[in-house]
Amino acid sequence: MKILVPVKRVCDPDNANKVKVSADGLSVTSDGLEWKPNPFDEYAVEAALRLNENAPKNEKLGETLVCSLGPAEVAQTLRQALAMGADRGILIEATDSQLDTMVVARALKALVDKEKPDLVLMGKQTVDGDSNAVGQTLAELLGWPMATFAMSVSTADGGKTMTVGREVDTGVLTLKVTLPAVVTVDLRIVAPTGVKNGATPADHKYNEGARYASLKGIMQAKKKPIDQLKLADLGIDTTTSAAYPKFELPPARTGSCVFVETVDDLVDKLRNQAKAI
Amino acid sequence: MTDVLVVAELIDGGLRRTTLTAVTLAKQVAAGTGGAFDILSIGPGAKNAAASLAKYGARKVFVAEVGGGYIAEKYAPTVAEVTKKGGYGVVTACASTYGKDLLPRVAAKLGAANVSDISAAKIDGGKVLYKRPMYAGNMFGWASANTAIAVVGVRQSEFEVAAEAGGASATEEVAIATDPAASRVEFVGIESQKSTRPELTEAATVVAGGRALKSAENFKAVLEPLVDACGAAMGASRAAVDAGYVAGDLQIGQTGKVVAPKLYIAVGISGAIQHLAGMKGSKVIVAVNKDKEAPIAQVADYFLVADLFKALPELTEKVKALKAQG
Repeated sequence: MKILVPVKRVCDPDNANKVKVSADGLSVTSDGLEWKPNPFDEYAVEAALRLNENAPKNEKLGETLVCSLGPAEVAQTLRQALAMGADRGILIEATDSQLDTMVVARALKALVDKEKPDLVLMGKQTVDGDSNAVGQTLAELLGWPMATFAMSVSTADGGKTMTVGREVDTGVLTLKVTLPAVVTVDLRIVAPTGVKNGATPADHKYNEGARYASLKGIMQAKKKPIDQLKLADLGIDTTTSAAYPKFELPPARTGSCVFVETVDDLVDKLRNQAKAI
Repeated sequence: MTDVLVVAELIDGGLRRTTLTAVTLAKQVAAGTGGAFDILSIGPGAKNAAASLAKYGARKVFVAEVGGGYIAEKYAPTVAEVTKKGGYGVVTACASTYGKDLLPRVAAKLGAANVSDISAAKIDGGKVLYKRPMYAGNMFGWASANTAIAVVGVRQSEFEVAAEAGGASATEEVAIATDPAASRVEFVGIESQKSTRPELTEAATVVAGGRALKSAENFKAVLEPLVDACGAAMGASRAAVDAGYVAGDLQIGQTGKVVAPKLYIAVGISGAIQHLAGMKGSKVIVAVNKDKEAPIAQVADYFLVADLFKALPELTEKVKALKAQG
């Protein structure tokens, strides 16, 4: 099937505690931090590749398109997805200040209208904004069904429907959606048997996590096409729906960590100092 | 003047307590702007839940008995219609997985701003500002809506549960609206593990285990006795869930649940940034770990440097003895 995977670059998630507020308090700066693909989007790329291949035979079954919004440098993020095995990229140039949930969703809708994918597969949230909203918003704008926080997907009826296991507070909720649809993925979609496409044998076990790009993949990615567009080219309403007039750092934790060596000492401190037990 | 609509979350045909954190925000916004708040009870058992919801001081409780299992496409049209008819400025629900799934879809239907997972709100010159944790809790952004309506998810661990207000709100049935997208989703089922322990997001004490526990059996044999001695809820790190020691719904972190209990005991959890995002709001944090360099020390108040397999049975016995003393 034809799958569109939106990807966003984020500052290194493992160093998120190093982000700072700009001097005027109006923006977040991540100077000195490396840009990385949003982890959930990387899982979505992996899941799309798994849906679109017969793994043991190394056969390709469909097209995986990746797209990103942001400054021209997000081409690098797209190349990383192309190196994993995606087929084609679309870059929509925009400044970060132009983008919010609603504008990104409208831009993605414009792409979907043009490319007509069978499925939009994307991360459930970006780990910078942590909003967890673009997929749901896009589904509504398209009038498509959705399944969020997917930990497993399997296609049936010759690719017309998809059964999705959703990680929810109280367990795993299963939905069956008729394509085209929007599916947002959670961490465990990249477990060894999270994705079943009917062509790859059901007992096939993938490696845990998203695949690394091979050297061959990296070389091939350089030749794969990336269409370049500007946000203004899409003909969408670019009014943002929310504003962030101020950012602030969380207060530093008061008091330092008290190290103890014995259970008795810990219990004594919890009982008499912290009054926690 | 901003009127607020609370979208209730129901479970097993009754009210889920998560709803009451959104009621707290609704009360704050209504009081701060001179508006009123109403509650929409929606889903199977809506009528039954409305009786409970009527106790919290809402002007009205609307009832939409939508049958079958929860799917956003079935709920969003009714939420949007009730919002439009009532002229609400804020629509809110708890940012549980229910709220996170449903609210952005409602916002898109209304052309409204979606403000996810807020930890506080303040009213500034009649305008509501919402504080949101971002970057795994390492930054707070203050957001405001540019639109007439704001759709707001409330982080459960950061808002008190509303208290009963006395009296009973009037209830009113509303028409159920539909959306063609709903015909293309089918609710197949939900698999839940029932537990007699307190809910993770509501417990006063949480005992969480990490990869250092090494197996599902050790979670049972070594961690669970401490969990039960403390009367706690059990949680886990991503590593422990990924390794298959416990189910995914116990995961605490940026992905998974955010908790802020009075006491958090992290056993064999090194403390990746994504885990800290889900628990660093806890009042007292205890780490039990062999490695005193583990990053959990950045947020821990007390750090027992010990082999957990030796320390936990002893800690369990001592906690039991203290509880027995009362």
